[in-house]
Amino acid sequence: MLDRYCRNVSAITQEENSRLKSFKVCVIGCGGLGGYVIEMLGRIGIGKITAVDCDVFDETNLNRQILSDTTNIGQNKALAALDRMGKVNPDIVVNGVNLRFDSTSGKQILRGHDVVVDALDNPQSKRLAGDLCEKLNIPLVHGAIAGWYGQVSTVYPGDGTMDTLCKDGFSFGIEKELGNPPFTPALMAAIQTAEVVKVLLNKEETLRSKILHVDLLTMDFDVLELKK
Amino acid sequence: MIDLKVEVRLFATFRKGREKKYFLDVPEGSKISDILDMLKINSQEVSILLLNGRDGNASRPLSNSDVLAIFPPVGGG
Repeated sequence: MLDRYCRNVSAITQEENSRLKSFKVCVIGCGGLGGYVIEMLGRIGIGKITAVDCDVFDETNLNRQILSDTTNIGQNKALAALDRMGKVNPDIVVNGVNLRFDSTSGKQILRGHDVVVDALDNPQSKRLAGDLCEKLNIPLVHGAIAGWYGQVSTVYPGDGTMDTLCKDGFSFGIEKELGNPPFTPALMAAIQTAEVVKVLLNKEETLRSKILHVDLLTMDFDVLELKK
Repeated sequence: MIDLKVEVRLFATFRKGREKKYFLDVPEGSKISDILDMLKINSQEVSILLLNGRDGNASRPLSNSDVLAIFPPVGGG
């Protein structure tokens, strides 16, 4: 085992860490949530990461998006993920996809992955990710943030969870009025990453058929079961 | 008239100016929409509406000991 992974043990075993190298995870959106998710997936040793985003960094991203800094304003976010992971962990392969995730490109982007991470920034794209993962039979780890609030759920094909979490008729959520401070994406991305690792390694309990809602103003962490 | 005991849990911005959790006594025959009216929550702003963990619309009737969870849409990334 490489020294870089030795502190992963024994949260995961050496054998489990080796297995992570064989998995391919797609992170859709390389902004607040996605940047941190890619950072953590790369550091733990996921073998292949696809980073998807067609947007470029601007100064308003600097308060929270870990892949952004003063030297890469104007750079494509997915390609910035590729650059950063090249410095953080050359032991893995990152594919930067500079494409808009939509109904035309989506299926082709997601096909062939073991898990997809929803780090998208609007309810409609999140719902599309849910629909496509359902068709492609891929587990999806959903995350969403707004101000002091965040939510995470792990969705397996057939669960129908994204129909509940991302309703038609909302083109945006409360994040438009609440903004996005730095701590909320970092926290929720960490929870999403833990879920990805557990799904890949089939470990313990996940947030499947549940929603974790976090309120950092009141420090409430609520897990609610979702029934069909 | 028999009262129904209903637990209502509010999340995110629905907590502003309200409690996180209510234990309400409502008349038999009440619907979820009556609770929304009582708490002055605009149904158009509700995204997830769980009645005992099941999502659905606000016209569903309430039963004794029901637990209602109400969320606004959270869509940022």
